[in-house]
Amino acid sequence: MTTEDLLAGSSKTTAPEETETEVPEGHVKLVVDGEEVVAPEGELLIRTAERLGTVIPRFCDHPLLDPAGACRQCLVEVEMNGRPMPKPQASCTMTVADGMVVKTHRTSRVAEKAQEGVMELLLINHPLDCPVCDKGGECPLQNQAMAHGRSTSRFVDTKRTFPKPLPISSQVLLDRERCVLCQRCTRFSEQIAGDPFIDLLERGAHQQIGTAETADIFDMASTTSSGTPFQSYFSGNTIQICPVGALTSAAYRFRSRPFDLVSSPSVCEHCSSGCALRTDFRRGKVMRRLAGDDPDVNEEWSCDKGRFAFRYANAADRIRRPLLRDDSGELVEASWTEALRRAADALVAARDGNGAGVLTGGRLTVEDAYAYTKFARIALRSNDIDFRARAHSAEELEFLASSVVGTTPEHVSYASLEKAPAVLCVAFEPEDESPIVFLRLRKAARDKGTKVFHIGQWTTSSVRKTLGELLACQPGGEAAAVDGIADHAKDLDAALSSDGAVVLVGERAAEVPGLFGAVQRLAERTGAQVAWVPRRAGERGALEVGAVPTLLPGGAPVADADARRALETSWGLDAGTLPAEPGRDTAAMLAAAASGELDALVVAGVDPDDLPDPAAARNALANVGFVLSLEMRPSAVTEHADVVLPIAPVDEKTGTFLDWEGRERPFTVTLEGTGALPDCRVLDTLAVEMNADLFTQTAQAAWADFDRARVPKGTFGTPDVPKVPFGTPPAPADAVRLATWRQLIDNGSLEADEPHLADTARTPVLRMSRVTAERHGVTRGEQATISTDRGALTLPVEFADLPDDVVWAPARSPESIRGVLGAGHGAGVTLAGGAR
Amino acid sequence: MADPITPVLTKRWLSPNSWRLSTYEQLEGYTAIKNALRKPQEQIVALIKDAGLRGRGGAGFPAGVKWSFMPQTSDPARPHYLVINADEGEPGTCKDIPLMMADPHSLIEGCIIASYAMRANHCFIYVRGEVLHCIRRLHAAVREAYDAGYLGNDILGSGFDLDITVHAGAGAYICGEETALLDSLEGRRGQPRLKPPFPAAAGLYAKPTTVNNVETIATVPYIVNGGSDWFREMGTEKSPGPKIYSVSGHVENPGQYEAPLGTTLRELLELAGGMKDGVPLKFWTPGGSSTPLLTADHMDVPLDFEGAAEAGSMLGTTAIMVFNETVSVPWAVMKWTRFYEHESCGKCTPCREGTFWLAQVLERMVEGRGTEEDIDTMLDVCDNILGRSFCALGDGAVSPIESGIKYFRDEFLALCEDNKAKQSDSALVGASA
Repeated sequence: MTTEDLLAGSSKTTAPEETETEVPEGHVKLVVDGEEVVAPEGELLIRTAERLGTVIPRFCDHPLLDPAGACRQCLVEVEMNGRPMPKPQASCTMTVADGMVVKTHRTSRVAEKAQEGVMELLLINHPLDCPVCDKGGECPLQNQAMAHGRSTSRFVDTKRTFPKPLPISSQVLLDRERCVLCQRCTRFSEQIAGDPFIDLLERGAHQQIGTAETADIFDMASTTSSGTPFQSYFSGNTIQICPVGALTSAAYRFRSRPFDLVSSPSVCEHCSSGCALRTDFRRGKVMRRLAGDDPDVNEEWSCDKGRFAFRYANAADRIRRPLLRDDSGELVEASWTEALRRAADALVAARDGNGAGVLTGGRLTVEDAYAYTKFARIALRSNDIDFRARAHSAEELEFLASSVVGTTPEHVSYASLEKAPAVLCVAFEPEDESPIVFLRLRKAARDKGTKVFHIGQWTTSSVRKTLGELLACQPGGEAAAVDGIADHAKDLDAALSSDGAVVLVGERAAEVPGLFGAVQRLAERTGAQVAWVPRRAGERGALEVGAVPTLLPGGAPVADADARRALETSWGLDAGTLPAEPGRDTAAMLAAAASGELDALVVAGVDPDDLPDPAAARNALANVGFVLSLEMRPSAVTEHADVVLPIAPVDEKTGTFLDWEGRERPFTVTLEGTGALPDCRVLDTLAVEMNADLFTQTAQAAWADFDRARVPKGTFGTPDVPKVPFGTPPAPADAVRLATWRQLIDNGSLEADEPHLADTARTPVLRMSRVTAERHGVTRGEQATISTDRGALTLPVEFADLPDDVVWAPARSPESIRGVLGAGHGAGVTLAGGAR
Repeated sequence: MADPITPVLTKRWLSPNSWRLSTYEQLEGYTAIKNALRKPQEQIVALIKDAGLRGRGGAGFPAGVKWSFMPQTSDPARPHYLVINADEGEPGTCKDIPLMMADPHSLIEGCIIASYAMRANHCFIYVRGEVLHCIRRLHAAVREAYDAGYLGNDILGSGFDLDITVHAGAGAYICGEETALLDSLEGRRGQPRLKPPFPAAAGLYAKPTTVNNVETIATVPYIVNGGSDWFREMGTEKSPGPKIYSVSGHVENPGQYEAPLGTTLRELLELAGGMKDGVPLKFWTPGGSSTPLLTADHMDVPLDFEGAAEAGSMLGTTAIMVFNETVSVPWAVMKWTRFYEHESCGKCTPCREGTFWLAQVLERMVEGRGTEEDIDTMLDVCDNILGRSFCALGDGAVSPIESGIKYFRDEFLALCEDNKAKQSDSALVGASA
C-alpha cells in the first residue's frame, strides 16, 4: 500500500462533529478505534484499519492470498448492532459491515492482550537465532515481536526441534524450527502458482511444512506422489512472502544482512512479462533480486528465472575490455580506440562494398535497439536489420507491422486478461514463455471465471493450471485449427465473440505457415482483441524502434517515401539519404553473409542455436568478411568475431523495456561506475568513427531522440493483412511430427552460473501418446531417439495426450533441437526406441 | 431416584442380535419412515423443531433449526448432503459407538428421514477409524437396509432415493469438528474451515450440507412415531427428550444409562450402583474432558444444557467421568492436556503452541518440579487460548486446567510446595559442599 492510498483512505474519514457522512453505493460505514470510516463492502477489517494508518500485526494474512485466519495474530474486538462479540475476532477474515464498531490494540486492552498472547505463543518454539538468520532485519516476526510482544519470555521448558535445513528443492531450503505455520507458502503454491507440492504435514506442535519427499513416512510418500520435491517456476515467491526466516534460497542464504544491502528498483530482463523487481546489492555486487510490487503488471510475484538468474553478469569470463582478433587468429584485449577504429574501418568498407547487416537479438532495451536501428540506417545506410534471433517469417513481420507495432496497454493488458470472458492461447505456452501472463490467466480463471482455451498439442501444465480447455491439433496444423473454430468449436467461437475476449499469440506462431492470417480472420469475425506475447524482453521494444527490415522507428513502413522524409527531417539528414528498399530478415542476412552478398555482420546478443538453422548461421559467421560482436561473455558469435566490444548488463545501465502489452518499463542503473557501457553508447561512438551522428550517448538521449523521430504507423498508411496459403504439410512416410518449444528454465545464456536454479528445471523428456509409442517400439520411462538426416536426440519417454504420431521435445533442454536436428515445430522426424 | 422411564434409544440394546434388521423390524423398526416419507418435508422439519430436539454432539444446537438452514428447493446441480458425525473421540465420551454397535438401524432410519426432510439423496456416516468392529457392523447394517429396499432408489415406493456411504476416519480428534470432518471426508487433511460459508451454504464438496451427531439422528424416528408432545414429556422445557448418559470411572457399574435430560449425578450414581467400593467422589466431568470439571458439591445439578451451564460447565456429550479421592487432579489434568496437545491439529497458533506449553508445565508440575508462578502462567496462557483459537478445540483444551485450578488449586500448590522444599534443601546441601 502506498502513502497516497493511506492518505486517500484517511481522507474518507470525517471529524466526529461533522453531521452525516455520505455512504456511497456498495460501501458501509463503521467505526474503527473511535474513527468513523467508510469502506467498500467486502473489505477485510485489517485493510480498513490499515487505510486509517493502524497496522494490525499479522502473519498469515496476505492481500493476494485467500484469507486463512490461522495465526490469530490480528485479533481485534468487534461490536455488532451494539452487542460486543464474545470472542476477539481475526481482522484478516472478518469483512466490514454497516454499524460495526471495531477496537484494535490501540483502544482495546482485550485485543492488545490477545495479540501479546499469540505473539508469546509464536515465540515459544521459535529459535532465538536472529543474529544468523537471513530474515533478521527485515523480519515481520522480529519487527512485530518488538512492537507487540512481551520483553521477556515465561517459557522455561524445552523447545521443539527439527533437523535443519531441509532442502525442499535445490533452490529452496526449509528451517522448520523458524516456521510459524502461517501457510503463506502453501497457499501461494496452491492458489497462485497452482503447484501444490508443499503442504502441511503432521499435526499439533509437530505440524510442519513439507513435500512428499520430506515426509517422514517415506514409504507412503513413495506410493502417493513418488516423493516429488517442490517443483515450481514460482518457488522463490514463497521465500519472499515467508514472514520469518523459514524459507531461504540456496543462492542467497548466509550471503548478507538486509541492513548491509542497497535496494534499487529494477525491471526483469528475461521475458516480455515486464516484471518490476527490486535488486539488492552490496559493495558493487548484486546479492539478490526480489519481486517488486506493481499491481498493473506482476502484482507482487516473479518467476524463479527473474529472481535467481542474475549471476551471468558476474561470470568469471565476462568480457570487460574490447577484443581484437590478431594475426594468429586469437582474440586479444585491445584499447577502445583501437577496437573502434578497426571496427569502423571494416564496417565502412563493407558499407561501401556489398553492405553490412545487423542482428540485434531480442534482449535489448528500447534505447539500445533504437541505436542499432539508427546505426543501420545512417552508419551502414541499410535496412538490413532484424531483431528476430529465432524462427521467423515474412508473414510474421506483416502481422507485427499491421497488428502489434504501436499498441499500448489500452489495447490488451494484464487487466484486460483478468476481465476477459475468454482468452485463447495460440501457439503459446504461457507458463514457459511468459510466467506472469500465466499467473494472471490462472487468477482470471480461478477468481473471475475467465474461460481459457489453448490451441496446442497436449494438456500441458499451462492448460491444467489455467483451468483451461485444450483444442489439440497437429504441430504445424494450428492455422487450420484456428480457421476451424467457427465450425468445430462453437462454444469457443461464441466466447470469443463476447465483449473483451482476447487471443494471445506466441513466438511459435512464426513457425506455422498461415497462422497469423488465420488469427486475424478469427479476430475480424469475432471481434476478439489480439495480442502478441514474444518470449524475450527486448522483442516488443525492438519492433517499436524499427529494428526490422521493413519498418521505421514508430512503425511506419520503410517503403513509404513520406515516412522516410519525415524521419530524415527529424534525424537531420538530407532528403533521400535513407535507404528506400526494405532490407533482409535474419535468415536472408545470414544467407547473404554466407554467400558473400554481405560483407559484414554486426551482432548483438544472439545465440546461433536459437536461429532457424544454427548450422547455416555458424557457417555465415565463419565465412562473412567481418563480424563485430557486442557481447558480455564469450559466445558462438565471439568465436567468429573480428572485433568484440563489451557492453553492460542491465544492472549496470539505464534503459527501458517494452513488455508484451507495449507498456514502458523504465529502469535506472543499479550498479554505478562499473565502467561498462550500454550498447547505445558504444554504437554512438562507433558511428562517430564512421562519420555519422546517432545522438545516443546515453539512454536518456536515445529515448528523447527516438521519441522525436518516431513515425507512427497509420500516419502514412497501414500494411496489408498477410494472406498466406496454409495447410499441414504432409509428413514424410513413417515419420512423426515434432512439437517443440522452450521451457522456462533451460540452457539460456542468461541463466549461466546459477546451478541451484538450473536444478529446478523440468526434466527433459520426449512426450507422446501410448499409441505412438507402441507403433514405434518405444517404452515409457526408457530412452527413445528422434532423428533427422542432420542428427539425433535421445531422451526418456513420458506419455501424454498428444495426437498420435506426434512427439514433443523441449527446444533447448539441454540441446538445441534446431541445432541437433535442423528441424523445428511442425517438422517430420524419425522416432525410434533406445539411444542412438 | 430418576423418574422411572421406559428406555427409548436403548430399548433394543439387550435383545438378542439387536443389530440385525430382523430384530429391528420386529421391534417397531422402519415404521417411522413409512410415516415420514408420506409427509411434506417442511412438516418433518417443523415436527423436529416443535419437539425441541437439540444436538447431542455437545453444543446443543436445535436440530430442526439447523435443518431449516438448508435450501428449501432441490437443484440437481447443487445436491444436498447429510453427514453423520460418528467420529466419537472425546475422552470419556462413549455413547455413539455403543449405539451403532447395538442398534445401527435406528441411525439408518434416522438418516433416511433426515435426508428426506433436507432433500438430500446422499448421506455419509463418518465413523471414527479406530472402531473397526463398529464400522463393520455399520457396513453390514447398510447392506441389509439396501437389500430390504430401505435404501437405494425409490425407497418403499415413495419416489425418494437415498444412498448411504460409511466412511472411516483416519484417527484425528479434530475431525469431530464438523468442517474438519468435511475436509477429511473430501480426502483432504482434516483441519477446520473458515466460516462463513457455513456448511448449509457450502459444506461437503461446497454443496449444502448438514452435519448431525449420531444420537441426534437416531432420536428422530422416535419423534416421528411418538410426536413432539410425547417427546416433550421427557426432560426439561428447554432440553426435552431422553439422553444416553455414559457413566465411567470409579462407580460400581459403569455403562450407558438412558435417562431424561435434567437427571442429576446423584441419580445417575444410584443407577450405576454408587461409588466403587464406597470411596467418596472427588471430581467429575459432566460431558467429557472438554467440559469444565465439577466436584461433589455439584451432585444435584440438573444435567441438561441449561443446568450444566449454570454450574459453570457444559453438558457436552453427557460423558460422566467419575473420579474418587484417590485421583490427583493435577495428574488427571496433565493426562487430558497431553491428549489435547497430541490432537491439536496445528492450524492456529493458540491451540498448537498453547497445548504444547501447558502440557510441559503440567508434566513438570506432576513430577514435582513446578512453581507457584507456573500456576499463574498456566491460567494466563489458558486465557490467551480461550476464545482466541480457530475452533473450539482450544477452548476445550483449557477447560480441565482452568476448572481444575479453580476447584483444586491447593493440590497444585502442594506439588509446588514439595518442590520448593526440595529446592531449598538441595541449596543447603550445595552451600555446605
